[in-house]
Amino acid sequence: MSIATQAQSGSKAGRIELRDIAIHLPGKVRFEAVRQVSTTIAAGEFVSIIGPSGCGKSTLLNAVAGYLQPSGGSLSVDGEPVGGPGPDRGMVFQHNSLLPWRSALDNVAFGLKMRGVARAERLERAREFLELVGLRGFADRYPAQLSGGMQQRVEIARVLINNPRVVLMDEPFGALDAQTRERMQQLLLDIWGRFRPTVLFVTHDIDEALILSDRVLVMTHRPGRIREEIVVDLPRPRPEDIIVSPEFIALKKRCLALVQDEVRQSLIGGLEAPRIELPVEA
Amino acid sequence: MSSEQALSAPGIADAGGRPGGFPAAWLAGLPVGRLLLRAAALLACVAFWQAASVLKFDFGLVTFRYVPAPSDVIVAGWNLFQSPKLASHVVNSLIRVFSGFAAATLLGIVVGVLIGRSRRFEDTLLPPLEVLRPIPGVAWIPLAILMFPSSELSMVFITFMGAFFPILLNTVHGVEAVDRRLIASSRSLGAGRWSVLAEVVVPGALPSIVTGLAIGMGTSWFCLVTAEMIAGQYGIGYYTWESYTLQNYPDIVVGMLFIGAFGMASSGLIKLLGRVLMPWYRIQERHS
Repeated sequence: MSIATQAQSGSKAGRIELRDIAIHLPGKVRFEAVRQVSTTIAAGEFVSIIGPSGCGKSTLLNAVAGYLQPSGGSLSVDGEPVGGPGPDRGMVFQHNSLLPWRSALDNVAFGLKMRGVARAERLERAREFLELVGLRGFADRYPAQLSGGMQQRVEIARVLINNPRVVLMDEPFGALDAQTRERMQQLLLDIWGRFRPTVLFVTHDIDEALILSDRVLVMTHRPGRIREEIVVDLPRPRPEDIIVSPEFIALKKRCLALVQDEVRQSLIGGLEAPRIELPVEA
Repeated sequence: MSSEQALSAPGIADAGGRPGGFPAAWLAGLPVGRLLLRAAALLACVAFWQAASVLKFDFGLVTFRYVPAPSDVIVAGWNLFQSPKLASHVVNSLIRVFSGFAAATLLGIVVGVLIGRSRRFEDTLLPPLEVLRPIPGVAWIPLAILMFPSSELSMVFITFMGAFFPILLNTVHGVEAVDRRLIASSRSLGAGRWSVLAEVVVPGALPSIVTGLAIGMGTSWFCLVTAEMIAGQYGIGYYTWESYTLQNYPDIVVGMLFIGAFGMASSGLIKLLGRVLMPWYRIQERHS
């Protein structure tokens, strides 16, 4: 399947349903990270999650990825309960998790290798996807030889090659400088427009959430619940100067007020959120 | 490369170089001045040794009275080189060390991965191994003789014991230190249990495993004299021990130097092998 056919097939799959999700994380004291989260994310929708740090955004994402099991509620993608990680739900972390001993090309081809695609074919397709993210000519580099932005491009390419229904992104551009981040946002929007996977995007950057998303979920301080769902009804494609438009600024003010209110409440609570780590079994 | 600028002109190489460019610079890593200083220090040690043994220095606690001088050792070494037995000594020792080392590599890595990946194996395998670990090779001699059908196997067992624990412990450490995000994301890309092991855990632990192999190679040679105390005829360790019982003191030193040289060379070989197998590792070290 070439990139073109994969893009056209832009399936109508990828509907995520969360019903009364509760997540408890193990630790010295087992603590409640997420409480009673219910929402439905439509197939092909781009949804961001924002909220004060430690509110359980990443935890929720890890549950959808299948890295951890919710302690209550039900979680399904296209009606199938999530039982564990799988190639239908690609994950991009803040810092690249590329295999350091594999070239950029082999990293992108990894998913196809796992599916048993023959070497020549998978490398050819990986080359197409590297080109798609603007990394033609960098196929033979090891991840350590690429800049942070390039590493994230490789990450996106190796997730996309699996033709996932859902792409989960955990502050994927959070470690990049401002200019690189803007380029990456445009690249992501471009790719999302062509393949239309459902994207669930965690960020602490309100601008980023509003530029990218159809809808923004604002979470409360921990234990995280959904405080408000904000529909971003800005037209697409969104030009770079959209961030100074009155509509954008109005949305931003609303988000800012909500997040700041939650931060304030979490400070009153005096709870320092523990660092979230992946479960051992992952 | 600090920005994304290069993307507009793909194909331009950056300062990082290509993964294929494997320089042999490690041999000539030091400036000439420091190399000379190091050589001079070695020579000074030999000169002191020569003076101390010829003049029969006696420091009370330590005496050089019976220590053979370097000049005697050179003569003894030359005689060994001339001897038709040299090849047999070397070949027998090499076979013993490398058989023990090979077995230790296989078992050390397999058991190390099991312990590093599974709490159950850690709980069942690690305690008995921790009890065996401090027992030195020389203490194993009687049991080794009793347990194995031939003295050859007993000797291999002792070189095996020398190499096994460094390899095992470094493998366990390497496996446990593998970035969990790498495992998580590979599972999200479709990797199953075995693929995670083969594609992520073992390659991720490889730098640590190679360190264990290099140390294990050294400790295997370390145990050679002990092992070859059992030997009846050939082996560098046997030669060393026999020279002591026959009071050929210069020959003892020749044997010691042989073991040192072979041990160093084979450890170096392992490290070199590691560099060739893991070009990415040096690149990563350089960039981080």
